[in-house]
Formats: sequence, C-alpha cells, structure tokens
Amino acid sequence: MSTERITLAHGAGGESMRRLIRELFREAFGSPELQPLADAALLELDSRQAAFTTDSYTVKPIFFPGGNIGKLCIAGTVNDLSVMGARPVCLSFSCIIEEGLPLAVLEQIVQSAAEEARGAGVSIVTGDTKVVARGECDEIFITTSGIGVRPFGKGLSTDGIKAGDAILINGFIGDHGISVLAARGNLSMQVKAESDCAPLNGLIESILTESAGVKWMRDATRGGLAAVLSELAEDTPCGIMIDESSVPVRESVQAVCELLGFDPLHIANEGKVVMVVENAEAEKILTVMKRDPLGAHAVCIGEVTEDSTGIVRLKTPVGTVRRLHRPAGELLPRIC
Amino acid sequence: MNVFDQWRNAAVAKPLAESIRSIAGERPIRIMEVCGGHTAAIYRFALQRMLPGTIQFLHGPGCPVCVTGTDFIDRAIAIARAEKTTVASFGDLIRVPGSTLSLAEARAAGSSVEVFYSAMDALEWAVHHPDRTVVFLAIGFETTACTIAAALSEAVRRQVKNFRILSAMKTMPGALHALLSDSRTNVDALILPGHVCSVIGSQPFEFIAHELRIPCVVSGFEPLDILESVRMLSCQLVEHRCEVEIQYRRAVKPSGNVAAQQIMEQMFEPVDMTWRGLGSIPASGLGVRREYSAWDAASLAGKTAPSKEPPGCRCGDVLRGSIRPEECSLFRKACTPDRPRGACMVSSEGACAAVYQFAGAEDEH
Repeated sequence: MSTERITLAHGAGGESMRRLIRELFREAFGSPELQPLADAALLELDSRQAAFTTDSYTVKPIFFPGGNIGKLCIAGTVNDLSVMGARPVCLSFSCIIEEGLPLAVLEQIVQSAAEEARGAGVSIVTGDTKVVARGECDEIFITTSGIGVRPFGKGLSTDGIKAGDAILINGFIGDHGISVLAARGNLSMQVKAESDCAPLNGLIESILTESAGVKWMRDATRGGLAAVLSELAEDTPCGIMIDESSVPVRESVQAVCELLGFDPLHIANEGKVVMVVENAEAEKILTVMKRDPLGAHAVCIGEVTEDSTGIVRLKTPVGTVRRLHRPAGELLPRIC
Repeated sequence: MNVFDQWRNAAVAKPLAESIRSIAGERPIRIMEVCGGHTAAIYRFALQRMLPGTIQFLHGPGCPVCVTGTDFIDRAIAIARAEKTTVASFGDLIRVPGSTLSLAEARAAGSSVEVFYSAMDALEWAVHHPDRTVVFLAIGFETTACTIAAALSEAVRRQVKNFRILSAMKTMPGALHALLSDSRTNVDALILPGHVCSVIGSQPFEFIAHELRIPCVVSGFEPLDILESVRMLSCQLVEHRCEVEIQYRRAVKPSGNVAAQQIMEQMFEPVDMTWRGLGSIPASGLGVRREYSAWDAASLAGKTAPSKEPPGCRCGDVLRGSIRPEECSLFRKACTPDRPRGACMVSSEGACAAVYQFAGAEDEH
C-alpha cells in the first residue's frame, strides 16, 4: 500500500493528475470507451452514435465576474460534448450543498444554470441533492453529466491531421483563470478580467455545418492552450508550431500573469475551442466563427508541421523558437 | 497593441543581437544573472538562441524559494503541527521538499497551511482568525522584505498579537560578495537584479565593479531589456571598463527607494543567514528587531532534527552557477516540477524549472 497522499497537484491538470488518471482510474475501470481519455466518451447506443460526459465543479468563489458555478457547470459539460462533434441533448445536475448556504444563493445558481441550459438548447432531465454539515464541503459543489448525439458523420479525430493544417482559436485566452483568481480577493489588485465561460455548441455546430474542414477540436480548460496543444502533438505523427504574437491575450490578463509569473498559455479558459482545420478551409471557418459573438476574435495561431514530431514549438515575439510544454505542478486550484 | 509589445519586438531585438555579436566578436563571455525573473525571461524568450554561443548565461542564487534552506522548511512544518497554529506562506514555498515532507504534504496530512500573495493579506487573515497563531513564512530578497516590513509595522501599530514572522529573508549584496569572491566562481559579467535594485538602488553593488573588477548592469525583465544589458556588458568588457550601469532606468535609481529602505531598517536587523548552496553568510539575512520580538516566530520553532538534503540533489551547485540544471542526474527524470526533489525545480523562477518548462532537448547541453 502506498503511503503517498493526494495533494492539490493531483487535481491541477498537470502531470500528477495525468498519472493518477492513467495509472489508477483508466487501469481500474478498463472499458474501451474510457481508453482515449477524451472530453467525452463516444458510444454506440442501440446503433445510434452518442457521446457521454461528466464533470464536477468546485470553483471558488462560486460567483466570479462573467459567471457563477451554475453557469459554469452547464457551459463546461455542453462544451465537452460539443468538441467531440456531438450535439448536446440532455444533462444531469447533482449538487452537494454545505449546510448554511443561503437559499437565495442556491436559487441564483440554479436560475443561472437553467437560463444557460435554455440558451444552449439542452434540457436538464435528472438530478440529485445532498446536504452535508458545515465545513464538510465549501458552499456548493455541482456535478453535471451530459448526453449528446453525433449527427456529423464519422466524427473528429487526430487521424486525418497532416502538415500544413491550420490551428485556430475563437478568441482571448486566460480570461477565466485570471478572473476567478482575482475574484478570490487575495490578490490585492484591481483586475479587469471577466470569465469567458460560455457554451460553445452553437458556434461549433455552425462551423461543422458550413465546413467539412474541421479535423479535431478541444476546449482549452485546465492547463490552458499549452495542455491542449501538447496533447494534440502527442497524438499525431506531426509537430505543432505556434506564433505567440498571434495568440490573443488581453492586456489585463497578461499584466497579472507577468506579476505572478504565470504564462497565459497555461491559464484555464471556459469558452475557448482550439481547432485543427484544413488549411484551404481556414479562412472560411474564421469567417463563420467571427459571425458569432463567441468567435469575434477568432484567429489562426499556428500550423501543423512535418518536422519536430510529437512536440509543440513556439515562435516568441522576439523571433526565437522554443519548446512549449504542458504546465506542471500546482497552478491555480479550484478554478472550475 | 499591447503594452508589453514595445519590449518584445523582433524588429528591435534582431539588430540588437547583431550589434552584440559585432561588439563581443569571438570573445567568450560568462554572464551571471542573480534574479529568478531574469532566468525565467532568458528561457521564456529563448534569448540564448539570438546570441553567439560564446556568450553564456549562468544562473546565480536569485530565486528566493530556491535559496531557502531545507532547515527552514523543516522548522515551518514543525510549527504547523502545533495546536491552533496556521502557517502562512507564499505559494511556491509549500511545494519545496523538506527533510521528510513539503508543507503541501504536511497540509494534506492535516496541518494548517494557508497560501497568500502578500504578507499584508496574511495579516488580515490573522485579524479575522484571532483564535489562531498565524506564522508568516518570510522569504525573499529586499524586494519582498520591504513589503513584509510594512505588514509587520502594521501588525505592531494595530497590536495584532497572533501574527508572527519566521524569517529567512535575505539581502543580495553580502551574498554576491561571498559568491563572487570565491575562487571557484568563474564569471565575467553580472546582470544585477532589477527589482532588488529598485528598492536598495545600485550603489550597494558598486563594490563588485570596483573591488572585484566585474562589470555590472542593472537590467529590466523584458527580452529587449536583457539584450540591451548584454550589449552594455559586452561594451564594458571590450573597453576594459568595470562599472555598475543601469539599463532599467524606468524603475531603478542609484539610491533606490528610500521609504522602502527606511521601513526595513525600522523593523529588521541584519542577521547571519543560511543560503542553500552557499552556506551561512554573515549578516546576509534580515531578522525581526529585538524590540518587536513579540512578533518573531523564531522562538516558536523549537528544535528540529538536523535537516537532510534530498539524495542526489544538486541545487546547491546550480545556485552557485557551477553546473547547469541539465547536468544534475535527477533533472527531468526523478525531479520534475510536478514532483520536485530540489527547490530549483519548484518555483517558476528556479533555474531547473525554467529549463524544464521552456527548453527543449536541443537547448540542453
């Protein structure tokens, strides 16, 4: 029996968590659908293509600029389904509530979740409620699971990715992580940052409807853009080259990152999708993205390369090239 | 256009790098930087790749978390075990391995450890938790020490008696004197720590140029700042000058920030301090002045067993600039930012973490 204990690093989206998931959960559960460790499992239910996902939300504080835990738990689960090429259909909503939480606060969270679900066109069809004694959880933790159907043909995978493909993102990075950090109130500085928390199913569905050029996508949540790109590079026989100057970062987010020694590429987002698309379709897809307010600042940030297989390289603003690694260690706990 | 772009501009960086190349020629130049912010920027912007291979950066003892000794972590863990006591720490420090545990592991095992971004925040927390003794782990150089002095002064003014300081605060000039006078140290030029100099000024470092005959430049932290500083150092070397020049003029004056110096002077006094890698250096630390001993946690620490360094860890050699991080046999194998064995792998300003995070195998010699 190991004497090691779980530390916050095991939940931070870095190497420790990766190891825990691979060596404990995937090993123990063993199902083939779990093996890819994707954002959602792809299933065949009675010969229909479906996707199934689940996510727990422990964000602290539960209200932050741009959203709250209710909005977040809907957007996050909708996005996990959408990036797998699925159309989200229905969600579950389970909460663990700490004794003493004002009912008005719970009402506000539930109303937000309901509104967000309506906006995203998904129904909340089942749920569960538990209350624990004061101190046994922190205000409220929510778990949402979701089922989606996959009308978009063969689905998305890294299989078709080849050198020359373009890498797109739908806007500014780092807003969510920095706004939650600032909302904790222990930063002693005024930060103008609002979470980007939003369901992306509408945006993604328009793109998939109008172009067959999308090969793969992920939402860049914990571990930020760097984690998503690292995962992508490891799963393809190609390399990735990113132009740092083209990655949209708000000045306020950049400033906080510089002060605290964070890299915006490592900071979590809750409304950002990274796509690998056929080069010839990139302009068209960017046009579709920009029509949607959630894609107004969409840009191409790099491309798939033939060389440097399995790694992500980054061209710095001064023109040098370096490796981009996934973040390691404990970054910011409880941002989602 | 982002405010940072003006210091990260390839159109300026390239000619600057060219001019360094023509000034320095084939001359080998070993430049040591002694601020973790510089180390991180050098790797993050891959500046070595713009410069001739003959110009080499050595990373000195400039990361506050890295130079904090294992004994300090052990004492903090011992304090955190006490009843009704909370240890308040900067984030990175809680992941530094002690002899048996890190503070993060101690927290997972039940000790009360809270993370703060400033000493003032920890003081406010103490005010709101009057039933607990809050021990703030004071680490850092002059840049941080002046903010801790301000918090301590506030605690004294408001008579917050449950707030105490366990100090491992360090001062840069004395440590540089010890390091650079050591015959094993082989450095041609020095990039001085911009943030420390914004507090104490450049004057306390004049001895390095005049007595030790090593050219110095106080540098900012953006890539163009660092390149310009390298150019200024190359000029000094080629022209056989030894001066302390200030590149980081937008933040640093030769006399520094007098108000910050005064508050440090008022609350702290020089003490002998142990530096990881450099050992004990006389008067290179700051302790709480005797008149404020009610706020000093040193007496709470009690006796801890002699501390043990992690087997195989060469952080000390890295901090003296005598080996590069990748020359340590634990690097990227047993020691990663996720499971750090040595302090230099913990903080984003640590040389090992910077090489791990930003360099590829092709950069590691």
